[in-house]
Amino acid sequence: MQWQLRGDRPIYQQLVEILTEQIVSGQLAAGEKVPAVRELAAQAGVNPNTMQRALADMEREGLMHTNRTSGRYVTEDKEMIDKIREQIASDRIAEFLAGMSQLGFSEQEVFRLLEKRQEEGNQNGTEK
Amino acid sequence: MEQRNELVVCAGLTKTYGSVKALDHLNLTLGGGRFVGLLGPNGSGKTTLIKLINGLIQPTDGSVLVDGQAPGVHTHSVVSYLPDRGYLNDWMRVSDLIDFFADFYADFDRVKANDMLQSLSINALDRLKTLSKGTKEKVQLILTMSRKAKLFLLDEPIAGVDPAARDYILNTILSNYSEDAAVLLSTHLIADIERVLDEVIFLKNGVMTLHESVDTIREEHGKSVDMLFREVFAC
Repeated sequence: MQWQLRGDRPIYQQLVEILTEQIVSGQLAAGEKVPAVRELAAQAGVNPNTMQRALADMEREGLMHTNRTSGRYVTEDKEMIDKIREQIASDRIAEFLAGMSQLGFSEQEVFRLLEKRQEEGNQNGTEK
Repeated sequence: MEQRNELVVCAGLTKTYGSVKALDHLNLTLGGGRFVGLLGPNGSGKTTLIKLINGLIQPTDGSVLVDGQAPGVHTHSVVSYLPDRGYLNDWMRVSDLIDFFADFYADFDRVKANDMLQSLSINALDRLKTLSKGTKEKVQLILTMSRKAKLFLLDEPIAGVDPAARDYILNTILSNYSEDAAVLLSTHLIADIERVLDEVIFLKNGVMTLHESVDTIREEHGKSVDMLFREVFAC
């Protein structure tokens, strides 16, 4: 599990993003029990108070919930997880296109490049 | 794990050496369960503040209370202090030092100390004087962190150790300070430690110029504490 943190933004926000990604990628499965705060904090190498804040945020967004007696769980709402997954994908695509446009590629040209890449991939028998 | 009590209260705390103001009317409250970084350039008053809280020097003016009391017998029993230099007897073996600390402090945990020695591959039978500078520092830190204290005062605990051991030590501090204990740690190595801190204090010429949570700083300034420090204290 990767916990790469950048310097320019609040740590708890980055933890929320990483945890969200773990959920949409299935690393943390729907309905799965979330490790204890201290354990997660130790994994990420961050302060437990900061991890606590990130987990509270995850709960506020409905991606996790606390069962009073048995701990914290990932939501079972697969529809919600899918929706967030698509949201993240569309954010990444927008980011990618913005980067390409800075290099001077129009969306049309980007599509052509992607198609070309796919054809080459098929020829080599490897798909990437 | 929110702020629960007032573990350290400084009011108008001042220390002068001749005409030099090492610390100038410092007002500061630290709560339990917080991991606080004490940051400032050389000669900004970090060690002076730590020594005042520990009762090693007396304030010229103002007051400091630890766990509700002025530094003294009670506060020594709840404060675990790591000085910025070695103070242990060189001829002693690491195991002697563990006995020594266990005799001295009722809250010392031998099992914890031995576990940490093992994780860092330090032989308890070695004499202190045969150890390298970094290993000596690790031993001192292990002894300091093996107490079940309410307040840990760590003066430059990670400066002399390698980056791998630094990570281990930070994780050790993180997992060992109990939920209502506080850690006050002075350092120059901000980038290495800022992800484990709750809040930071900036000292400049004996004056506290900032006392804020790490994430608030990142939110407001859009930069890390390390970057902010370099900006504020640019030479």
